[in-house]
Amino acid sequence: MIHFILLFSRQGKLRLQKWYTTLPDKEKKKIVREIVQIILARHQKTSSFVDWKDLKLVYKRYASLYFCCAIEDQDNELLTLEVVHRYVELLDRYFGNVCELDIIFNFEKAYFILDEFIIGGEVQDTSKRSAVKAIEDSDMLQETVEEYMNKPAF
Amino acid sequence: MALKMVKGSIDRMFDKNLQDLVRGIRNHKEDEAKYISQCIDEIKQELKQDNIAVKSNAVCKLTYLQMLGYDISWAAFNIIEVMSASKFTFKRIGYLAASQCFHEGTDVIMLTTNQIRKDLSSPNQYDTGVALTGLSCFVTPDLARDLANDIMTLMSHTKPYIRKKAVLIMYKVFLKYPESLRPAFPRLKEKLEDPDPGVQSAAVNVICELARRNPKNYLSLAPLFFKLMTSSTNNWVLIKIIKLFGALTPLEPRLGKKLIEPLTNLIHSTSAMSLLYECVNTVIAVLISLSSGMPNHSASIQLCVQKLRILIEDSDQNLKYLGLLAMSKILKTHPKSVQSHKDLILQCLDDKDESIRLRALDLLYGMVSKKNLMEIVKKLMIHVDKAEGTTYRDELLTKIIDICSQSNYQYITNFEWYISILVELTRLEGTRHGHLIAAQMLDVAIRVKAIRKFAVSQMAMLLDNAHLIASNTQRNGICEVLYAAAWICGEFSEHLEEANQTLEAMLRPKVTTLPGHIQAVYVQNMVKLYASILQQKEQAGEKEAAQEITQLMIERLPQFVQSADLEVQERASCILQLIKYIQKLQIKEVPVAEEVIALFAGELNPVAPKAQKKVPVPEGLDLDAWINEPPSDSESEDEKPKTIFHDEEQRHSRHRQPEIDEEELARRREARKQEQANNPFYIKSSPSPQKRYQDTPGVEHIPVVQIDLSVPLKVPGMPMSDQYVKLEEERRHKQKLEKDKKKKKQKKEKRGKHHRHNSLHTESEEDITPAHHVDIITEEMPENALPSDEDDKDPNDPYKALDIDLDKPLADSEKLPVQRHRNAETLKSPDSEAPPVEKSKKPKKKEKKHREKERDKGKKKEKEKKVVEEKEEKKGEDLDFWLSTDPPPVSTTQPQSGPEVSAAVVAEPEEVKKEEREEQQEEDEGKKSSKHKKKKHKKEKEEKSKDKKKSKKKHHSEEEATESVQNGTLDDEPLPPMSSYRLLAENPYIKMTYDIQGNLQNDSQVTVSVIFENKSTSFLKSMELNVLDSLNTKMLRPEGSSVHDGIPVPFQLPPGISNEAQFVFTLQSIVMAQKLKGTLSFIVKNDEGSTHEKLDFKLHFSCASYLITTPCYSDAFAKLLESGDLHMSSIKVDGISISFQHLLAKICFHHHFSVVERVDSCASMYSRSIQGHHVCLLVKKGENSVSIDGKCSDSTLLSNLLDEMKETLSKC
Repeated sequence: MIHFILLFSRQGKLRLQKWYTTLPDKEKKKIVREIVQIILARHQKTSSFVDWKDLKLVYKRYASLYFCCAIEDQDNELLTLEVVHRYVELLDRYFGNVCELDIIFNFEKAYFILDEFIIGGEVQDTSKRSAVKAIEDSDMLQETVEEYMNKPAF
Repeated sequence: MALKMVKGSIDRMFDKNLQDLVRGIRNHKEDEAKYISQCIDEIKQELKQDNIAVKSNAVCKLTYLQMLGYDISWAAFNIIEVMSASKFTFKRIGYLAASQCFHEGTDVIMLTTNQIRKDLSSPNQYDTGVALTGLSCFVTPDLARDLANDIMTLMSHTKPYIRKKAVLIMYKVFLKYPESLRPAFPRLKEKLEDPDPGVQSAAVNVICELARRNPKNYLSLAPLFFKLMTSSTNNWVLIKIIKLFGALTPLEPRLGKKLIEPLTNLIHSTSAMSLLYECVNTVIAVLISLSSGMPNHSASIQLCVQKLRILIEDSDQNLKYLGLLAMSKILKTHPKSVQSHKDLILQCLDDKDESIRLRALDLLYGMVSKKNLMEIVKKLMIHVDKAEGTTYRDELLTKIIDICSQSNYQYITNFEWYISILVELTRLEGTRHGHLIAAQMLDVAIRVKAIRKFAVSQMAMLLDNAHLIASNTQRNGICEVLYAAAWICGEFSEHLEEANQTLEAMLRPKVTTLPGHIQAVYVQNMVKLYASILQQKEQAGEKEAAQEITQLMIERLPQFVQSADLEVQERASCILQLIKYIQKLQIKEVPVAEEVIALFAGELNPVAPKAQKKVPVPEGLDLDAWINEPPSDSESEDEKPKTIFHDEEQRHSRHRQPEIDEEELARRREARKQEQANNPFYIKSSPSPQKRYQDTPGVEHIPVVQIDLSVPLKVPGMPMSDQYVKLEEERRHKQKLEKDKKKKKQKKEKRGKHHRHNSLHTESEEDITPAHHVDIITEEMPENALPSDEDDKDPNDPYKALDIDLDKPLADSEKLPVQRHRNAETLKSPDSEAPPVEKSKKPKKKEKKHREKERDKGKKKEKEKKVVEEKEEKKGEDLDFWLSTDPPPVSTTQPQSGPEVSAAVVAEPEEVKKEEREEQQEEDEGKKSSKHKKKKHKKEKEEKSKDKKKSKKKHHSEEEATESVQNGTLDDEPLPPMSSYRLLAENPYIKMTYDIQGNLQNDSQVTVSVIFENKSTSFLKSMELNVLDSLNTKMLRPEGSSVHDGIPVPFQLPPGISNEAQFVFTLQSIVMAQKLKGTLSFIVKNDEGSTHEKLDFKLHFSCASYLITTPCYSDAFAKLLESGDLHMSSIKVDGISISFQHLLAKICFHHHFSVVERVDSCASMYSRSIQGHHVCLLVKKGENSVSIDGKCSDSTLLSNLLDEMKETLSKC
């Protein structure tokens, strides 16, 4: 099970955080700070795995953004890297050539995509297509509602 | 209304949306905090408006701010408002915000229950989806309890989109509300075969997660997963399934055998590294579980190692890292296969990535042999030099010591080399591990007698060069080695060549800068040295030299007397007085050496770390008993110790106060000297004029100039370990040559007789003889120490504590009926409690019916009540059948069905698989038994004799061991076996053992399993068992038979064979134990003819046999205790010597309890009778007594149970 996913920039700014275990805010902040420090301090040509407390951190850098997952001891590290990659692919397909700014300005969309892909720390659907379809469908639902709101019936 | 709406949308045009906020923050880099606080004020205003669109926009912005680290918990209620919006757009935002910032401490979370329930049942699948997603993040135990049923229903939703989400959320629900697992599990299992691959993989995910924690519960699913594994092409799913198998194989080695082939196929065929890695890992797990007795799997190991080598050689750091990680797992069981890749692993030590280097180090630990130890350590020493000033260097240091000292210095052939390695390591500056090196030096010097002379000379060298080591004591842990050096030089001073020089080195003023505990050892060992020098000189008749050395001591010791460290001060002043006395005697020309040396006579032997614990308590000594009667006045008793303690503390602090600055000290010293000078009775420290030999060439007159070098020099004269490597090589070479010569000689002699196979150049481990014959003294143990392996176990080890727990709950999990599922509805109306139970039973029934039809259509319906139980038994059998035969079973008609259904007797007449079957049976019946027990009890008799032999052997080996162990370790003792089968009756023909199991499906039935063992050489047949029924307890007989008829045992017994049959008894009251008389009649048939024989027995139904191990969660347990309608009773048993762990295991095993919670030496336990009595225990262990407080809904049952327990425990 994935315990949490963090996206942060090279400068250490958090861009997205998703927690699959419930923790108080204070604790979360402490963990984020610690992990960002650990990972940014690592050289580029080192392995993507760090043992951290009783969890394993698996991270990968895409352009200026770090994607980091905390997984349990028995989880497969390589599979987690694939999960991260799949998520990047989904973002890419949704935004079209995704960049850090897309995620900053549409951070709620980034969350929605993640939620369609991973739920409760487990991969929900391994098929890219069905995840994308779910996102598009729910967006459609949203668009129509927004249109409706923008043209109030008065 | 319309106006409001217009107003709302106009307002919205002026609001900041999320993009504006983000842009704004980016534009206000300098005063971000100020800008944001301004934004938050705006948001607060927006939240006050009625328009939901405005609110949701505000909440969206808040979510962003939350990520930046701002507290938004104050808006929790507004978030709930947005969650409950009817429009999806807003709902989505609301749930997102909730999932980001709600946690168990959020109080308003209770308000969401109904909203979430509404959304879960929304006709719009995306509403449901978004609610599920949110729930997955913030589900609390309360929410889980209230919504479990709703989510469970969603698992069968028409849309796969919802189904897969519901399945995954269910896992979160299980975690928060474990009671939901049972009712939901059948449905979850169904989802494994869902037509939608997404749902299927979700179900695999969840079961995989569950099974990882408690694999035993899921063993029965193995065939299903096996099918999935061989049919699935989805790597994601495959990985999960393979991982699941990895968790299952340790429990069922036969499963492993079955897995090897498909897994190796996958390893060969797959191109996905993640899958390959998972397969390799599982194959390793399988091979570990098979361990010995599987010689033909070396191919699989080879394959794994090869594949891992490819990973390690890969340029991708990730693969390298994982390759090494997996390699270390293989190393544990198959070190030889890994050792051949030593080159590769040594290469990894040079890697830039520290994590990879550390992994490689881990591997080296297991790869050393006598042959390559020196070489490997040499390489590591090179790395130590390179890794100046890093934590990695410390890691290297500990690893070197670990590697060398492992399994009692097994791999060290030359201890001189090891000492010099240790000495070389002392050159490391700033390491934290000085004490480690010191401990090794002490250990080796004490235990390896042959090395003492060398060690002492090296240690003397260290003391001589102490200034290099102790140059910077403040942050230098390495000075710890001086502790060892001083002690070794002192204790083994007879080996010292230049004792004078060493003594002087120890008396240098610089020593006073060392930490106190080291100085103390210095002082103590100076005297030892002094004593041996004194003896030397006296024997040589050099009186002057002897007096001189006394004088030196008297001159130098005062510097230690002034030490701030109490220990040093005390020792130094004692010794100073002693030496002054010696001096007096010397003046009178009295020989003193003998007496002085007598102070340190005798040898200190190493004591094993556990020795103290192993001292047996002498017979008749009760450590708990009062020596004096306790004072009767309770008040004073309470007060006194406190005050004493308090006083002491005060005294301490008072004592510390006078530690004043140097000036003050100097002043006092001066004053004291003055006083001493005036005091005629004070023996002055300055020597008397008669004794002053100024003309003697004393070294102490020469001022010693200390050179403080920050850069450590190569200490002159210090041994270089490298030399030893060379020497060792030469030595080995020589050895080999000699051997070759011998062989050649032999060859010459034998030439012509037969052609010899040339294997001269394969040097095996055993060929290397140690440089000097080394006896490693084993650490001392007290006489008649109790041999036990218990002390190896840490009582606080969570895994150990789980040991019982796991065994117990799992045992019944399959038999247990589905527990009542408490959900919101049932809370409202207690009548509707039943439905969930019904639901989960349904599929079983259906299946069963189906089977029954296949088998036997004419059977009556009256056995329905037994259906569930039978089904479970079948399950276990199916698994076994699946495992035992490689091709899938063809015959669906289990021979068991006949007798089982037709009568109350369950037995298995099938002869062919009897052996195996029996094992399975036991597995089904007595799951409580620990694994090895199963094997044991089957051949109890054999085992007994074996045990005897074993114990004899053990005894023998231990006797040997106490003397000396040659580079090896002692072996461990296995756990005592436990069997729930008790002896029923025995005669020369047959032996019967029995076990009683409660039946949860029926509150008035128990099943008695009897094992019949034919002890004779004759054939036993027509066995018939009859019991004299009592009013309360009756044997269940086939319809139409009278109460006096016996029940035929459905099998015959050839000589030496045993088999098991089951008999069902009905009872009314279970609160008391009962005994039933019975007879077994049988016909003995041999060559001479056949005789009719009888065997009487008494069947004892203990109260414990009416209990069924039932897991209980601590909160439910607490509630039960609080409820207050339980009766209480307690017992106390003295003279318990077994560990608490064993004790609990015993109670669990023999009395069918499960541990609810355990804290230190106190545990709460729970069990339930077949008629639903709750039994709660609180077990407390004292020094060697145990007290048990019990609570039960029936007082008679409780007191009987406790009596039984007392009996069990008093046997311990």
